[in-house]
Amino acid sequence: MSRRARLWMFAPALAGMVALLIWGLTGLPDFGHYRGPYGKVLAKVAVPERKATNVVASTTFDYRGFDTLGEEMILFSAALGLVVLLRELRGEEEEDEEADDDEEGIEGREERTSDALRIFGLGLVGPTVVLGIYIVSHGALTPGGGFQGGLVLVTALLVVYLAGRYAAMRRVSPIPMLEVGEAGGATAFALIGLGGLVIAGIYMKNFIDPGTPKTLLSGGVIPLLNISVGLEVAGAFALAFTEFLDQTLLLRGSGGDES
Amino acid sequence: MIEAVKIAALLVVAAGGTAVVLVRDPLRQAVVLSFYGLVLGVLFFAFQAPDVSLSQITVGSVGVPLMLLLTIAKVRKRERERE
Repeated sequence: MSRRARLWMFAPALAGMVALLIWGLTGLPDFGHYRGPYGKVLAKVAVPERKATNVVASTTFDYRGFDTLGEEMILFSAALGLVVLLRELRGEEEEDEEADDDEEGIEGREERTSDALRIFGLGLVGPTVVLGIYIVSHGALTPGGGFQGGLVLVTALLVVYLAGRYAAMRRVSPIPMLEVGEAGGATAFALIGLGGLVIAGIYMKNFIDPGTPKTLLSGGVIPLLNISVGLEVAGAFALAFTEFLDQTLLLRGSGGDES
Repeated sequence: MIEAVKIAALLVVAAGGTAVVLVRDPLRQAVVLSFYGLVLGVLFFAFQAPDVSLSQITVGSVGVPLMLLLTIAKVRKRERERE
């Protein structure tokens, strides 16, 4: 197809798309004038009912907890699939280079990072871990929760990798520990849901006394679910990054030159 | 005041999105994408969604660009080996 003909095809499509977009955008409700009833209902009843001041957390972990269970399983199986796929690939590569790859392996081939970067990284790891734990544990009170806090914890691990060496990262996060974290977090979430079925008769029902608002343990099962999600997310992402790093480093080693 | 912050955030996000598309080298694109993830987080915060903002900052400016960087490193290595 010539350039001219393609332009002729493109012009009406673009005009139609622009018209459709403008039509749609003019029909939108004003900012803050949400039309559904659930947002308003939740904003009114969530704190008196569940005692968790972060209404987003009581929605995702309590009122709509079953939905979050599904999301948990998506992340769990996605990380599992990635790990299975990458390990299969790694197996092939490793057989090829087994002959020249002795005990020091990855550690021996890596370059050392500069002192400045190492000191800066070391200073950053502690605060990042504290921030991650804070975000996970205060999920029921302030913005944040298991997902966000779990990812912050993974960031701390990445700082260890960037500032130090790959071997140092592997030493502070052995793969079995990450696997247990991922699987344990997902299982804990499902089991807490089962606790609702056993004690209150409904799966995912909040069966623990919600306590008083603005305290660390308010919200009943919400803090527990936050911790299990934090474990799962941290485990899943750390596992994925570790497998990815393994791939790049092993391939880099077999070629000889550093990039 | 908050209106000004919102408008500024929207403009920076528009500029950031355009920048991600205009940068053609995948390696640089990953770094620009990381900055874009950060400004998108600021936008969500300005529009009163701090929960989403936190997720956006961690996923958009750390998770996705890092996965991209590692994938690019792996692909380039393989290309060099073939040459």
